[in-house]
Amino acid sequence: MQRIFIVFVFVFFFVAGASAQTNNKVVAASIARGKTVYLQRCMVCHQADGGGVPKLNAPLDASTAVNGSDISKLIKYIVKGLNDRIEIDGEFYANAMPAAADLTDQQIADVLTFIRSNWSNKAAAVTVAQVKQTRSKLK
Amino acid sequence: MKKVTQISGLSSLFILLLLVSTSTYAQKIKPDADNAGLTLPAGFAALKVADNVGRTRHIAVNKQGAIYAKLERLDNGKGIAVLKDTDGDGRAETKTTFANYIGTGIAIKGNYLYAASNKEVFKYALNATGDIVDENAAATIVTGLVDKGQHNSKSITLDNAGNVYVNIGAPSNACQEKDRTKGSMGMMPCPILDSAGGIWQFKVDQLNQTYATGVRYATGLRNVVGLDWNNQLNQLFVTQHGRDMLNNLYPDLYDTTVSAELPSETMYAINKGDNAGWPYIYYDHFKGKKMMAPEYGGDGVKTVDDKYINPAMAFPAHMAPNGLLFYTGNQFPARYKNGAFIAFHGSWNRSPLPQEGYYVVFVPYENGKPTGKWEVFANGFSGKSVVKNPRDAQHRPCGLAEGPDGSLYVSDDVKGTIYRIMYQK
Repeated sequence: MQRIFIVFVFVFFFVAGASAQTNNKVVAASIARGKTVYLQRCMVCHQADGGGVPKLNAPLDASTAVNGSDISKLIKYIVKGLNDRIEIDGEFYANAMPAAADLTDQQIADVLTFIRSNWSNKAAAVTVAQVKQTRSKLK
Repeated sequence: MKKVTQISGLSSLFILLLLVSTSTYAQKIKPDADNAGLTLPAGFAALKVADNVGRTRHIAVNKQGAIYAKLERLDNGKGIAVLKDTDGDGRAETKTTFANYIGTGIAIKGNYLYAASNKEVFKYALNATGDIVDENAAATIVTGLVDKGQHNSKSITLDNAGNVYVNIGAPSNACQEKDRTKGSMGMMPCPILDSAGGIWQFKVDQLNQTYATGVRYATGLRNVVGLDWNNQLNQLFVTQHGRDMLNNLYPDLYDTTVSAELPSETMYAINKGDNAGWPYIYYDHFKGKKMMAPEYGGDGVKTVDDKYINPAMAFPAHMAPNGLLFYTGNQFPARYKNGAFIAFHGSWNRSPLPQEGYYVVFVPYENGKPTGKWEVFANGFSGKSVVKNPRDAQHRPCGLAEGPDGSLYVSDDVKGTIYRIMYQK
């Protein structure tokens, strides 16, 4: 009985570990693809260090909104852009953010996953399913 | 006849004494041991007049040497700071604040202080000691100007004929149907130009002027932040922020390096009615040509030769010329007289290349024309040898002013440091 239990525990950890590893690999691939999207479409304004430009373009690094749980808001910013003057962590940013509606659900998930895990950010990955769901409501 | 000569001899002696006393006064003020962190040409020295004043955009100095600083963010509800050196050591001992609005432009002409919010221009009477007669008695001379966030700062300068000139920046990058959006075409004609993207002229002695009563003095200027009336030439000069994002919007026409180096930042000598061409063109200082903007059919090769004025001077891209001042003082060596100082706020649109600017430039003038070569005059504001990301810059030069003794003042809108640069050899 004890032996069976040990085998069970072993199998459990092996499977869990393997699936975590698979998941890590999936996220790492998403981050890598997301970085490419970031460099082409986001970096010019939000900068290589994610620090944005004071008073013009909002920072993504250490931003409460970027690291927050309201992922649909972040998806909406990318799909629809942002023309309203909004306050972010006590600051206003003057430049308009263009819509990037040409990005695929996968690309949006990837770039958000990259942004939310890069620099000092440590927020959870964004999935294609989440993007799909939010996007369907936006149309 | 002899008497006249005597008087003239006496008055030259008086002028000489005045010059000596002025230069002695400058000598008495000790610069900071590290020149306030700045690198300057030989013989120049600097000190920090004040620190942490608030995000100071433009500044004006009265005849008594007090500094009026226009703030971009309210300090306990107030938007103009007054700094005074009460013991003659060059550093400000007192700071008072007034006016309940943020903004950029501030200027002194005659017995009045003029200050701009992002929508209005106000005027305050000054008394014999250069102080505001009544801080609560602001006369609104201009009202109702466009403020849509982007490029909303209003700078001001005054001529000698009772006019104030106000820049009204275009709330747009390149007048696309959708701002800064890839694939969106330029609007033809650009409707923004009716109420922005130019310089407007108003009367200093009329209240509540609007677009309807003002004059669109010059158009086709995307976002001017530095402007100054050149008293020697009796002409308006402006510095324009050129457009952004050539690579992001047109990756097939411009690679990231070209996009970091183009278009030029430009200084224009303005005559009434001039059109500098935004959004239809941009300037390429490598080619020395006005180029057709890609939103209007340009391809990086097509030039535009007629219709629009040429810049008096062009500078590397994206450095953000925020302050312009023609030097009229006698403290600096003769070559600086009637030349232009320009405060470059520093770039952000050169990424992934390192950023540029974050310094004050001098443009020598000879016979009313720039010699064509500009030089970095004061550097080191950012506190970094290379600024990779804009948020790393500790200070960013923004406004310029000349003191009564010919010292050059520079403001910083990150921490609100006011620098004073003097010639001491």
